[in-house]
Amino acid sequence: MTSLLSYLTGEDGRNILSGLINTCILWVIGSGLGAIFGFLIAVARRYGPRLIDYVLQASVEVIRGTPFLVQIYLLYFGGPYLCLSLGEASACLTLDPFEAGILGLSVYGAAYYSELFRAGFEAIPRGHVEAAETVGLDRWQTLTRIILPEMTMLVLPSMVNMTILLLKETAVLSIISVKELKFQVDIIGNRDYAFVESFTILALVYWALVEICGALGRAAERRLSRYRFAHS
Amino acid sequence: MSIVPAIRARGVVKRFADLEVLTGIDLDVARGAVTCLLGPSGSGKSTLLRCVAFLEECTDGIIEIDGEPLGFGLGPNGERMRLPASSIRPVRSKIGMVFQQFNLWPHMTALGNVAEALVTVRRLSRSEAHDRAMAELDKVGLAKRAGHYPSELSGGQQQRVAIARALALEPRIMLFDEPTSSLDPELTGEVLNVMRSLAETGMTMLVVTHEIGFAASVASKIVFLDHGRLLVEGAPGDVFGKPRHPRIDQFLDTYLDRGAAGLI
Repeated sequence: MTSLLSYLTGEDGRNILSGLINTCILWVIGSGLGAIFGFLIAVARRYGPRLIDYVLQASVEVIRGTPFLVQIYLLYFGGPYLCLSLGEASACLTLDPFEAGILGLSVYGAAYYSELFRAGFEAIPRGHVEAAETVGLDRWQTLTRIILPEMTMLVLPSMVNMTILLLKETAVLSIISVKELKFQVDIIGNRDYAFVESFTILALVYWALVEICGALGRAAERRLSRYRFAHS
Repeated sequence: MSIVPAIRARGVVKRFADLEVLTGIDLDVARGAVTCLLGPSGSGKSTLLRCVAFLEECTDGIIEIDGEPLGFGLGPNGERMRLPASSIRPVRSKIGMVFQQFNLWPHMTALGNVAEALVTVRRLSRSEAHDRAMAELDKVGLAKRAGHYPSELSGGQQQRVAIARALALEPRIMLFDEPTSSLDPELTGEVLNVMRSLAETGMTMLVVTHEIGFAASVASKIVFLDHGRLLVEGAPGDVFGKPRHPRIDQFLDTYLDRGAAGLI
């Protein structure tokens, strides 16, 4: 136990803290962008032309059908070979580990979030939209005033769940040398051959973050609980 | 010269894939009166009402609201043609609709439900909309419940809020699609009372209902649909009185069995 605590002080402690901060940045930005992209994908699939729906559906299937580990490898190591040239100018998808981590996490999250939002759209009773139509709300007003708020309360529990999963996926980013929590803990483990201690710390920190996220989610659900669907 | 009816339907046909739900309905709904649409399940009465509300587009035929065509009109050569989308909104704004499932928005209070379109569609200020919405809730006896969410209201109260929401926009015509069918008998009464007093104000109402008693006592005209056709129409006394159409006899039997004999 003393050896476990000793890793939380001095140089090691500072490295773990910086890893924790990076993990939180990756997590918050990754899941934030993922939710926004996911929402846009769901809207485009629902309201856009059928061709867009097919293309997006295929993309979502590919991302959900392959491991995040593989995706992040392909993005980081394969990106530089993906080039767009326009006359003389050309640009390649060369990303530093942190950028690749955020992009990969957002895309991965977007695929899952989009399915959540899609299910949320489906779950809103048709009659609520028809009622909006009969009092004269246009499509945009119906979307922003009726569909979005109703969907938020429907998908909130699953969104908290997905966001927790994304936190744990950030650990995968250590393989492309993103200096997040798992990366820092790996260094300590390898140096002192103290994997049990360092990974116990790792597990506890992730768990604490998950609990914080869960508590925030529960507070939001409580606030929204009075909006629950009315029954006759 | 006859007066233009509030609703005038001519040759209204509605097909869903192979199923012909309405097979050419002609219907006039008089201004300032209550018209009840009766008929067994699947007779097409709700579909007809939804076509009048433009929630369904009829496959053929023309529907006019206050003499103005809704969605489809006649072209120069007498052919049926789709009217521009911009022409639909003003005609639709004359119509208020009440649904079987109430369809209140769960994230808004009773007041919020009634005030929503006053702000977003009619562009009233928040305080004007608030006052108007309160007045409408007061008319249905729910001013004290203005701050409650739909989940905190009984079914009857929810339906009265839904009626207030439709009335707030000052429609010329109110459509009711089985407004009491998801309520128990006790709650049915409070909704029917609101509808009765609305009828007394001279509102034009087209009501799809299974409440034979309400139809017999409040409606000035009964329209009976069967298999997508208009079978019988007339004053309640003529439709329900003897001699009656055998199909109506059969339909009423199920109600008489349930002790509604005294109402007819």
